[in-house]
Amino acid sequence: MWRIFHKLGSPKWFFGIAARFMPWLLAGGLLLLMAGIIWGLAFAPEDYLQGNSYRIIFIHVPSAFMAQSVYIMMACAAVVTLVWRMKLADVFVKAVAPVGLVLTFLALFTGAVWGKPTWGTWWIWDARLTSMLILLFLYGGVIALDRAINDEKSAARAVAVLVLVGVVNIPIIKYSVEWWNTLHQPATFKLTEKPSMPAEMWVPLLLSVLGLYLIFGWLACVRMQAEILVRERRTRWVKTFVTTGKV
Amino acid sequence: MAFDSFSAFIAMDGHGPYVWACYGVFFVAMVALMAGSVRSRNAIIASCRRGYETQADKSRVASPTPSATFTRVNIPQD
Repeated sequence: MWRIFHKLGSPKWFFGIAARFMPWLLAGGLLLLMAGIIWGLAFAPEDYLQGNSYRIIFIHVPSAFMAQSVYIMMACAAVVTLVWRMKLADVFVKAVAPVGLVLTFLALFTGAVWGKPTWGTWWIWDARLTSMLILLFLYGGVIALDRAINDEKSAARAVAVLVLVGVVNIPIIKYSVEWWNTLHQPATFKLTEKPSMPAEMWVPLLLSVLGLYLIFGWLACVRMQAEILVRERRTRWVKTFVTTGKV
Repeated sequence: MAFDSFSAFIAMDGHGPYVWACYGVFFVAMVALMAGSVRSRNAIIASCRRGYETQADKSRVASPTPSATFTRVNIPQD
């Protein structure tokens, strides 16, 4: 058990494993996302209340879901950074924070454009929308804090603390639609209940969520590889990899 | 198919601009993020390679010729 843990912490070992998984993550992710989007755009039935504008759901829900998942993963990595000082966890946080920022922006943007024909407004200070905006600022704060501190170790610790403080926002996002019953509708998927929409709608949605998850995995691998290369520039294995292409 | 024709698919009963704007921004942002990540990783690999090459050049030039040499000179002492 501890051996696996130590191996996982080794940047070189991760670099090799990531290289092996990346083609599958990318291929699977693109396939699932494309299938979900094409099915959702062209073949899923029209919504009886919202008409065709509801088709935005097939990218809105995956972006919003991933924006929160990425933050939870970052928080887990932050705990590992603070408790075990594992370098790879810190590499993960730094690599995926910009991805989280883009996903949160996409969730807000698609939500705003969907809100115009459905609610009649681009933006309202509804609890769900406001807490998502705070998530966007949290991602921005993590990126800015990391860039502001030159020393690698103090940056890692400061960023980990900020990420953990921001975790309080995640349950607020999740339950905002139940605590404050305003404009945003409740969750589309729940683990305990059957979806409230027909299968022709929720199956493509599930496909695009899974697809975006895999693409996120691929993105995390690419960006972590880049961060590892910068940090381990002076080691022998990076030199071997750069000159021969082998890890 | 949920639509009768291609033009109906594009128009989406008047919701076309909203739907296509969302998909357009999503597509552009994801492609930019993915391409940017790959490009910055490859740039790092290239800069590492350049670093190793200049290092190798320096050591090749420097090693065969020592920086200082000593030669014995006979000076006649009348």
